[in-house]
Amino acid sequence: MIHLVPRRQQSKAMVWGAPLIAVALTLITGGLTFAIMGKPMGEALYTFFVHPLTTFDGATELIVKASPLVLIGIGLSLGFRANVWNIGAEGQYTFGAILGGGLAIFFHESTSPFLLPGMLLAGVIGGMIWASIPALLKTRFNANEILTSLMLTYVALLLLGFLVHGPWRDPDGFNFPESRLFPDAGTMPILIEHSRVHLGAVFALVAVGAAWLLLGKGMTGFKLKLVGSAPEAARFAGFSETRMVWFTLLTAGGLSGLAGVCEVAGPIGQLIPTISPGYGFTAIIVAFLGRLHPVGVLLAGLVMALTYLGGESAQILIGVPSAVTGLFQGFLLFYLLACDVLIRYRIRFSEGRAA
Amino acid sequence: MIEEYGKDPEVRGAPDHIGGAPADVSLLEAQGLTKTFPGCLANDQVSFTIRPGEVHALLGENGAGKSTLVKMMYGLLRPDEGQLVWEGRPVRMESPSVARRLGIGMVFQHLSLFEPLTVLENVALALPGRWNPKELRARVIEVSTAYGLPLDPDRVVHSLSVGERQRIEVVRCLLQDPKLLILDEPTSVLTPQEADQLFNTLRKLSAEGRAILYISHKLHEVRALCQNATVLREGKVVAHCDPRGESPESLAELMLGTRVAPPRRAVTVAQAERLVMSNVSVTTNSTFGFDLKDINLSVRGGEILGIAGIAGNGQGELMRVFTGETTLPRHSDAVRVDGVPVGGLGPIQRRQHGMAFVPEERNGHAAALEMALTENAFLTGFKKLRLTLGGMIRAGKTLDYTQRVVDTYKVRATGPAADAGSLSGGNLQKFVVGREILQEPGVLIVAQPTWGVDAGAALAIRQALIDLAAQGSAVVVISQDLDEIFAICDSIAVISEGRLSRARPVSEVTTGEIGLLMGGIHGEHAQAAQ
Repeated sequence: MIHLVPRRQQSKAMVWGAPLIAVALTLITGGLTFAIMGKPMGEALYTFFVHPLTTFDGATELIVKASPLVLIGIGLSLGFRANVWNIGAEGQYTFGAILGGGLAIFFHESTSPFLLPGMLLAGVIGGMIWASIPALLKTRFNANEILTSLMLTYVALLLLGFLVHGPWRDPDGFNFPESRLFPDAGTMPILIEHSRVHLGAVFALVAVGAAWLLLGKGMTGFKLKLVGSAPEAARFAGFSETRMVWFTLLTAGGLSGLAGVCEVAGPIGQLIPTISPGYGFTAIIVAFLGRLHPVGVLLAGLVMALTYLGGESAQILIGVPSAVTGLFQGFLLFYLLACDVLIRYRIRFSEGRAA
Repeated sequence: MIEEYGKDPEVRGAPDHIGGAPADVSLLEAQGLTKTFPGCLANDQVSFTIRPGEVHALLGENGAGKSTLVKMMYGLLRPDEGQLVWEGRPVRMESPSVARRLGIGMVFQHLSLFEPLTVLENVALALPGRWNPKELRARVIEVSTAYGLPLDPDRVVHSLSVGERQRIEVVRCLLQDPKLLILDEPTSVLTPQEADQLFNTLRKLSAEGRAILYISHKLHEVRALCQNATVLREGKVVAHCDPRGESPESLAELMLGTRVAPPRRAVTVAQAERLVMSNVSVTTNSTFGFDLKDINLSVRGGEILGIAGIAGNGQGELMRVFTGETTLPRHSDAVRVDGVPVGGLGPIQRRQHGMAFVPEERNGHAAALEMALTENAFLTGFKKLRLTLGGMIRAGKTLDYTQRVVDTYKVRATGPAADAGSLSGGNLQKFVVGREILQEPGVLIVAQPTWGVDAGAALAIRQALIDLAAQGSAVVVISQDLDEIFAICDSIAVISEGRLSRARPVSEVTTGEIGLLMGGIHGEHAQAAQ
């Protein structure tokens, strides 16, 4: 029999060591997987994890992909600290993109310098609106936010599909399910020439900095931690749990919506049926891999962005399916969770059956 | 009369034998039982013998290792070293079912009953094998009348008092015809009258030749009931004795290892009312809680009011009305502190009006276990002590305050950065009480101030409460421990089924009267019954 026995003292070093071990184990398992598929292990790993970073395009694309992951991951990490399990960032991202993108479509002939700020604002508000539904359901009816936020993701995706197939379809677009291209005034400024790195990267960094301040020394960080680790004590201290639920969901929703509008106003430039390779879900892994710490989330966002690029380059250069991206993300989450269990518990073997 | 033993305790004097068992027959013998938990030696070479038909007391302070010991005897824990000998043969208590097969029954301190089910269903669930319901009903009625444990088999458990619930557990054990019955602090949930009833049952069982292991820290009970006592202190057996030949003081000394001085009580002068609660009625949000009905109380500066009562009679609901976790938005006037209505305010604002609170549950309610002591100090002190500046935590000031609590109340911790969860129960309780007292509250409400705390810490906490009152604060102590209330309070009220009796000076009431009130007989009835 194998027993899991709680450890009396959790190693502080291992709390940060675990993500590193998880990454290492992912590399080993990934290498073995490539070997089983008949690809040379070293070369395959190089193609997946190093090659994308050796080119200018690859390095800048890493930033493009990491920006939404970090933005969303920061928002989610606030909620996860307080045990508010917002799984629906993908939906909030989508609804933000719909609201912000809608503005660009509506004013497609505009040259106003206020169009882009308006779109960004609309994106934030859109994300917040979408997140406010689970917040209301949770605080009012005690409905589980995991379910409601996840379900709402599909509602948002279907809504986007409906809009680009129907009312918002480009009239000059030969019936393709896509909207008009956004006007120049509704497009994100590019930060690095000849790349797709846009203003969203700055937003991500600002979010990291703000969260670091808020969580490290602020009252807000204290409240989140307290509500998360001892809700009864939080009530005793006088902090309202309802307010925490609203705060975390609206913040995460707003940041997700911002990420969504940045993506459609940046690299994509229009509304299409699929505007995300699952950023909203991957950001959940980012938040945990980054230990819910802002700097950790930044680093984790870069690592997870690499799995997207690696999947693409592995597909092109060594001919493996792009599904390896999902596989590697899965490995990483699996190992991280396993490491976390071992931080909290130790394994004890015993003979015979348990009492 | 008594000898203290070192490493190698011996039985002294010939024990009494009820049921005529010969002196050399032992029913259960513990031989050198040792059990270590991470960071704590819970039992160290514990040996003692239980003979058929005797009522044997296992005496010790909270944390002395009594529960660990009986858990090993009932198969819930396995000893690291040592063995158990049952009727002359060494046995391995692999699990409680092995213990039950041998003939050991146990009634736990925390009852394990299914509240939505009936008495009969609860009994049936605990018995091995299949039973014919009719037969079982007959057996339950038979056993419960034979031993003076009246029970209606068809009542639903949640409608029963704690005393009645305990009877179910006792009957459940008796149906299996045990040779040894272990009771873990059985009277901690009973009124004095219910306890007397239980003692009669236990005497009857012992007269039939059944042995009883009676675990307690209440000396008068042990002296009234038991023929033999094994005294544990810090995991070790410190003495075997006949409690009937001892004085409560000598037993206490054995148990505590030091002479216990009662807390000093200063004479208080009547001052103005500081805390007033008038006509508070609250509906509980817990299925098995009690609605508060028309609660009235008033506490003057310098006064300590004790609220006695059996656990689960509305104390939790009352505490939340005090702290502001339950607010009375439409009746803000119903709770007043120094004349200011605070009923509609939350905990933070109430603290600003000079209130402070120590809830009953320190783990996760009064303190967040996974957070540092500094953070736990900040938890209640941040407004009053101005520990924030522009939304940021003032780390230095918070650290100073934490250090002051730790130093003043001799909290044993690795430092202010230690997690609250790494402290022992007693030390955390000292921290939690100290944290509130150092904020110099005008009104302090404290529930079960010394629950699960060792004698030294209990003494320190009680003295701190008395000193606070002496400085002119109003103190309310909600406690199940009548001895504690009589030791430190000026006046006493009893909460029962959500109603609070009129407060009376401690000097004018007897334990008997309080017991009747705890059992739910109110006011005039209580006086008439005297």
